[in-house]
Amino acid sequence: MDRQLTRVLFIDLSAHRHWVEERPELFQKRLGGTGAAIELLQEHCPPGADPLSPENPIVLAVGPLTSLFPLASKTVAMFKSPHTGNLGESHCGGRSAVALRLAGYGAVVITGRSDIPVYIVIEGDKVHFRDARALWGLSSSFTVGRIIREREGGAGTRTILRIGVAGERLVTYASVVAESYRHFGRLGLGAVFGAKKLKAVVIIGKGRVPVADRAGYAKLYRELHERAVRSELFKKYHDLGTPQNVRPLNAIGALPVRNLAAARYPGEPPFTGERMAERYLGRRLACAGCPVACIHLAALREPYPDEAFFYKTTFVSYDYEPIYALGTMLGGEDPEGFLRLMDTVEHLGLDAMSCGVVLAWATEAFGRGLITERDTGGLVPRWGDYGVYVEMARRIARREGELYDHLARGVTAAVARYGGEEFALAFGGNEMAGYHTGPGTYLTYLMGARHSHLDSAGYALDQADLREGKSRSPEELARALFAEEARRQILSSLVVCFFARGLYDLGTCSNCLFALGIERDEEELRVLGEDILRRKYAFKLREGFDPRRLQIPARIAETPSPHGTIDLGYLREAIASLEKLLAPSE
Amino acid sequence: MAKRLSVVDVDRCVDCLLCAFACARRFGEGGLARSAIAVRSVGVMERGFVVVVCRACEDPSCLAACPVDAIRKAEVGVRVDLGECIGCGMCVRACPIGAVFWDEERGKPVICRHCGLCAQFCPHGVLAYEEVAGG
Repeated sequence: MDRQLTRVLFIDLSAHRHWVEERPELFQKRLGGTGAAIELLQEHCPPGADPLSPENPIVLAVGPLTSLFPLASKTVAMFKSPHTGNLGESHCGGRSAVALRLAGYGAVVITGRSDIPVYIVIEGDKVHFRDARALWGLSSSFTVGRIIREREGGAGTRTILRIGVAGERLVTYASVVAESYRHFGRLGLGAVFGAKKLKAVVIIGKGRVPVADRAGYAKLYRELHERAVRSELFKKYHDLGTPQNVRPLNAIGALPVRNLAAARYPGEPPFTGERMAERYLGRRLACAGCPVACIHLAALREPYPDEAFFYKTTFVSYDYEPIYALGTMLGGEDPEGFLRLMDTVEHLGLDAMSCGVVLAWATEAFGRGLITERDTGGLVPRWGDYGVYVEMARRIARREGELYDHLARGVTAAVARYGGEEFALAFGGNEMAGYHTGPGTYLTYLMGARHSHLDSAGYALDQADLREGKSRSPEELARALFAEEARRQILSSLVVCFFARGLYDLGTCSNCLFALGIERDEEELRVLGEDILRRKYAFKLREGFDPRRLQIPARIAETPSPHGTIDLGYLREAIASLEKLLAPSE
Repeated sequence: MAKRLSVVDVDRCVDCLLCAFACARRFGEGGLARSAIAVRSVGVMERGFVVVVCRACEDPSCLAACPVDAIRKAEVGVRVDLGECIGCGMCVRACPIGAVFWDEERGKPVICRHCGLCAQFCPHGVLAYEEVAGG
């Protein structure tokens, strides 16, 4: 096994001190990634810790497959979420994973709080604490990246993880931006950075990773590469990217529109992958180690109003989830308006998904008179009015006034002050993703460890069941999603992108590990996946999660899904079944 | 006939680094420590990338700069005799396109051998392994 992987770098921002601990057991027993990160979080996050206090640790972890196999491109971040007050986990690609591993570490744990704003540079055994006072308050996360890029070395072998104004102001769904277009998007890692006065983390790495079976490794890599580039996934996500999902989801009536007042556009949605590619696609990018290149950048060419023939071209990354949250959920008709809002969200460093759902809630609450122009500071939110949404996003990021201060903490916080819980589309405190596909998707939002659609992808199961005309009992649904979430713990411990889940069945994972000198058969991996998931659930219980107290907004049962009306009683039964499966095994 | 690695269309580069990782697998390892090809952005990612690799010069600056004649012309490109190399780094400084890389662990230069492995793994047609014109 690679001995560099078992090194954990600790950085204490309070003392501006760092040290390395050898933690072989984290990587031998728990593989790495999520499996290692949950153990480090358990150890270093005291029970009941305030997520925005110095004692909340930031854990970044990679795994044994990182930088060695195709699509093993993600870094796992773990922390206590200031958004949900519970388990925070977010995955990011770009060059982050490769840089961390090739810097010679399997994980980094950042604790404490700096007295002044800093950014840190990790380069081999050196950690530099740089004064970031001049970067604090800059209006754009892009500018922060540009300044650090020019000031630090390691071009081509580094990652620059930074926050925007939203993170500084502790917006509970502030993101961390990597390489301009990738993110630790969800659950507010950006606010945890901000609370630590940590503006950015630069990791520079270009080391080597030894493998046990050299010939076997090269052969297996080639096989996986061939399979990846010939796969349907490759074509789908390379060609149109994730927005290719807009059209099929709209066709089955599962695309949330206007705060889920509807689940489809009557005609062709304005933001389909096809339309976006045809009119705006300007460049594609990949994460390091991934042939797919799913990152799609729109080239938005806009004239300046004050001078003829004077244009600027802005590149804006677009994906399915932001299109849903900032596009369809806001009743948008205008792709360029959507792109301007998306660009604003990136500059501010907000999670696009939570931000969109928050704006959708505010629009509906305004329409119903729960909030007024006095609250909005004279702004009138109306479906599809992007000029207003751009300004609201700016005020949210800066928490200007009481309404925006509440909106900066998500719809759950806004509901506690203004009401409107029946149309507040958050689950476990986290705003929903763009799938109104049936009961599976809601069970994922409600009971997934992160309340993220990616936890167990109930939306995929809903769609598969729809195609096959299949219906499941609540217990069957719970079992299927439990198995899927457990399996995904292996992928995120190795760490492999979830888009590669078709490529990395457990047998393939076992073969990859074997080439690296780690013997784990499929059954061992299956059991380990369940164990890691239960460890995460144990952390959630420790921090006060109670599945019986989960709120389910009435709205989801008002708008029919492709599986018909969502039955809340059925969902409660499924929650109870999952609760039993997730209970600690001892 | 001899073949040479070429960067044929750098605008198609998506920064996946599959070329650099393929280069490391020549040694049966992962990482970037001994890669003889590198990719970096031109400054910002949306404006594209630079692929840095030996272009097999007719009259190589690296060879001319080597004080111990450890770099010799090959059929395509150059070869470094690591036994004779004294690790002075003159070749790195001499190459105007930055295509002589440095193996920190061994303190020796790394220069592309034009084996073409990276081109096999370039998924988007940036690299090609082509017969040398007139060669």
